[in-house]
Amino acid sequence: MFDFAVVTEWVDAMLCRLLPESWVTTTEFVLVGICLLIAYAVMALGLIYAERKVCAFFQCRLGPNRVGPYGIIQTVTDMIKMLIKEIIEINHVDRFLFNLAPYIVIIASLLAFSCIPFAKGLEIIDFNVGIFFLIAASSIGIVGILLAGWASNNKFSLIGAMRSGAQMISYELSIGLSILTMVVLTGSMQLSTIVESQADGWFIFKGHLPAFVAFVIYLIAGTAETNRGPFDLPEAESELTAGYHTEYSGMHFGFFYVAEFVNMFIVAAVATTLFWGGWMPLHIPGWEAFNRIMDYIPSIFWFLGKSAVMVFIIMWFKWTFPRLRIDQLLTLEWKYLLPINLCNLFLMVFVVVFKLHF
Amino acid sequence: MNLTLLIVVILTAIALVGVALGVARIVSPRSFNRQKGEAYECGIPTRGRSWMQFKAGYYLFAILFLMFDVEAVFLFPWAVTVQDAGIDGLLNILFFMVILILGLAYAWKKGALEWK
Repeated sequence: MFDFAVVTEWVDAMLCRLLPESWVTTTEFVLVGICLLIAYAVMALGLIYAERKVCAFFQCRLGPNRVGPYGIIQTVTDMIKMLIKEIIEINHVDRFLFNLAPYIVIIASLLAFSCIPFAKGLEIIDFNVGIFFLIAASSIGIVGILLAGWASNNKFSLIGAMRSGAQMISYELSIGLSILTMVVLTGSMQLSTIVESQADGWFIFKGHLPAFVAFVIYLIAGTAETNRGPFDLPEAESELTAGYHTEYSGMHFGFFYVAEFVNMFIVAAVATTLFWGGWMPLHIPGWEAFNRIMDYIPSIFWFLGKSAVMVFIIMWFKWTFPRLRIDQLLTLEWKYLLPINLCNLFLMVFVVVFKLHF
Repeated sequence: MNLTLLIVVILTAIALVGVALGVARIVSPRSFNRQKGEAYECGIPTRGRSWMQFKAGYYLFAILFLMFDVEAVFLFPWAVTVQDAGIDGLLNILFFMVILILGLAYAWKKGALEWK
């Protein structure tokens, strides 16, 4: 399988030949930053386009189809439009916090984004507590949303932010516990190790019942965590206009929008990494020729393909279920998901301790 | 190396937001209008301040969250070593968990999980 470390080593060797030693590291860091930004922007644009197309097809419409072939350039032009809109600051906002909020939201989502192992050797931050760091980093985003709602000096924003805060912290428990259930099975928190230990079978097959329950809970909680689908009541447009980003305009709003879409991808990518084998190709024991053919497909396509399926499922939720009320939302989390999750954790521990997994 | 990369990523995020907002401020048009500064609320001038007392229900859930989140932090180190710790570790952690689950059951019985 193609290892991306070859590319990075080649770049490193070339830079060492061209530049004095003290400049090499700096240049590499700048390159990492640029690559990260490009990946982030392309991911966000692709996801916005996909969302609009998928949502259109669910409603028997065509979606964007005028700008460029199949409307591919539409989202790019929309981003440029957003860039040249005026940034309005209304009276009596808390200016410092109002301007700080987009920074925090973007930092949180970019940190989580950089932890994801996209392919063999293609990940930026690889801590030995990787998955734990990912949960920690992505939960900083809540602070940004609360700040945005609080600083806007608008009642809609405040209610939206409070709902968002209550929802995100509640569902973070389910995310944390379902990830914990998988960590019991993997025995490691390093994302690259987690992926590599799935070479002989993905964890959703290895962990059978408890892994599947954890996956379903993770997907529900992940949808709620990104304020999407049936759980989008922080920005329920019929009652709160736009929730916490009502007063944000132009590029200020654009960052919340982009972060929301990339967070959806991060949820999908973590689900892929933990349950569906990350960038590992599909192997069926005994079918040697089949496994050989699967190995020829580059790992990044495996990863992006699996994530795309997850993203599609999350989008599917949105068009299938009606929006929940806040009391139903909290009941679902605290009275159903949390007890089920704790039982599931014990089930997984029994499976691991008594070696019942594959 | 990882920590340096962490700082690089944070700086990248700050640069992304800062540069894009800077460009937006330069290229975007500006117009001045007194009504523009009003809060976006139904078109009528807004009454009172928005920074006011708020429903305590959210606070209750925040406290419950704190309890279980700290629990999760304690469980992660154990989760990594479940295979080595075996049944002994399981019994110890069970004791810890039962106390927390009793807490949840108490909150449930008291009606703290109802949204009023």
